[in-house]
Amino acid sequence: MTPTLPTPNAPRDATTAAPHPRALSYFRTTATATRVLRQLGHDARTIALMLLVPCLMLFLLRYVFDGSPRVFDSIGASLLGIFPLITMFLVTSIATLRERTSGTLERLLAMPLGKGDLIAGYALAFGTLAIIQSALATGLAVWFLDLDVTGSPWLLLLVALLDALLGTALGLFVSAFASSEFQAVQFMPAVIFPQLLLCGLFTARANMHPALEAISDALPMSYAVDAMNEVLRHTDMTAAFVRDASIVAGCALLVLILGAATLRRRTR
Amino acid sequence: MMNYPPGKSASPPPDPATDNASPPAPGTQSAPAIHAENLTVVRGPRTVLRGLDFDVPQGQITGLLGPSGCGKSTLMRSIVGTQDKVTGTLQVLGHPAGAPTLRSRIGYVTQAPSVYDDLSVRQNLHYFAAILDPGRAAADRRHDNVARAIADVDLTSHADALAGTLSGGQRSRVSLAVALLGTPELLVLDEPTVGLDPVLRRDLWDLFHSLAADRRATLLISSHVMDEAERCHRLLLMREGEILADDTPEALRTRTHTDTVEAAFLHLVDEAATTASPQKERNR
Repeated sequence: MTPTLPTPNAPRDATTAAPHPRALSYFRTTATATRVLRQLGHDARTIALMLLVPCLMLFLLRYVFDGSPRVFDSIGASLLGIFPLITMFLVTSIATLRERTSGTLERLLAMPLGKGDLIAGYALAFGTLAIIQSALATGLAVWFLDLDVTGSPWLLLLVALLDALLGTALGLFVSAFASSEFQAVQFMPAVIFPQLLLCGLFTARANMHPALEAISDALPMSYAVDAMNEVLRHTDMTAAFVRDASIVAGCALLVLILGAATLRRRTR
Repeated sequence: MMNYPPGKSASPPPDPATDNASPPAPGTQSAPAIHAENLTVVRGPRTVLRGLDFDVPQGQITGLLGPSGCGKSTLMRSIVGTQDKVTGTLQVLGHPAGAPTLRSRIGYVTQAPSVYDDLSVRQNLHYFAAILDPGRAAADRRHDNVARAIADVDLTSHADALAGTLSGGQRSRVSLAVALLGTPELLVLDEPTVGLDPVLRRDLWDLFHSLAADRRATLLISSHVMDEAERCHRLLLMREGEILADDTPEALRTRTHTDTVEAAFLHLVDEAATTASPQKERNR
């Protein structure tokens, strides 16, 4: 310790003097992401469940459709997009609900942390996990379960990542409307199941009742599944793929912004 | 004088007229750290704070005392800027309460410990330190600040334990350590010594006094334990959303001809009940 020496304190003064911190601070965002990952790091069981359950489901599915591999191709590819969405939705809604109820959110928002930093931090942390989860599931499906993809597995991974971000965004958003973990978990059937039924996983969307088809056109998961099927059938990146992937990304961004609006600095 | 009409939030936007009249002077010793005029807070159907007028001087420990539910926590939330529906004037360190520039200058400890149970003590502090003092260049300073804050609350031996596995008193000390990171000019502590043993309480009060004396920090500390009042430089006694008295402990005891602050408080409550107007007492 050298208290007599004028140690370079200038950087701190510079940051504290700034009346309006930048909308998004790289350092605070990555610090938040690191913190979220550290929290999960103390919870090995959750990580194992997140990473292994999708693989197990794909494995089961492969042998459920043992006699009709074409069905496995279609459903398997769709599920590669749906798993990250569901997992990230559940994890994010519970994690942010805990942040809201434990008082840490109030504390953070009383500090020089931008709402964007917090949301981007969560998205970054869960996005990282989603990449690992999707890589494991995609690798297993393509190399070991003989999922027949015409296009590049990298595109599957890209859609899976966008789906994960969408799940993170939706989870963040609905956590504002849940006052307990019980409610948060119930949002999963309320928000995810209708999309699951209408996304084209069970039957082609064109075969649905016109009213339902119209609704499915408005739900983001439909585009996630469509994008997966594009990769399944075409060697190149088609225009339809680009459109579908952009819609999923756009929805994720929109819901993330809505989620940021639900973070209130002031309690009523 | 009212900066803001009722129904509007106290922080945005600052009234240019009042800003010019009282320029923010954080370095001036004479300016109060907190200045409130006709401060009113409504939560749902209840008016929790009813037109409070008070000043909190800089560099001193001000105790905020009163029974549970009298509005202490709401007042503290208003000061740190996390309370909605605040009307009247509330200036903190020369800025309207809740101004973004204040966020790194105020340390705030909520009544319930607000830390991450699934992180270790050190990881908790490192995260909050990164938010307060960001940048790779500040890594060494953050490391020192974290070590010092852990030592300040006497948790060095538990630094690597998960916060969730600690006892209630230990968890609230982790929460307090977060507020001690950096060098806050104003510390707002909501019942920081509840549930702590006498030795630790004494040590924390010594720490509070050294913060005020050495770092010229202003401390606002709430408690419903009246014996802690004797350790404060000044006291704000609250009851049912109003301020019953605003004075030094000695002056309170002398004025009410009592030996303890607790007796003084009871005397003032009885007096307010008989005159049926606490307003008169405050203005005397």
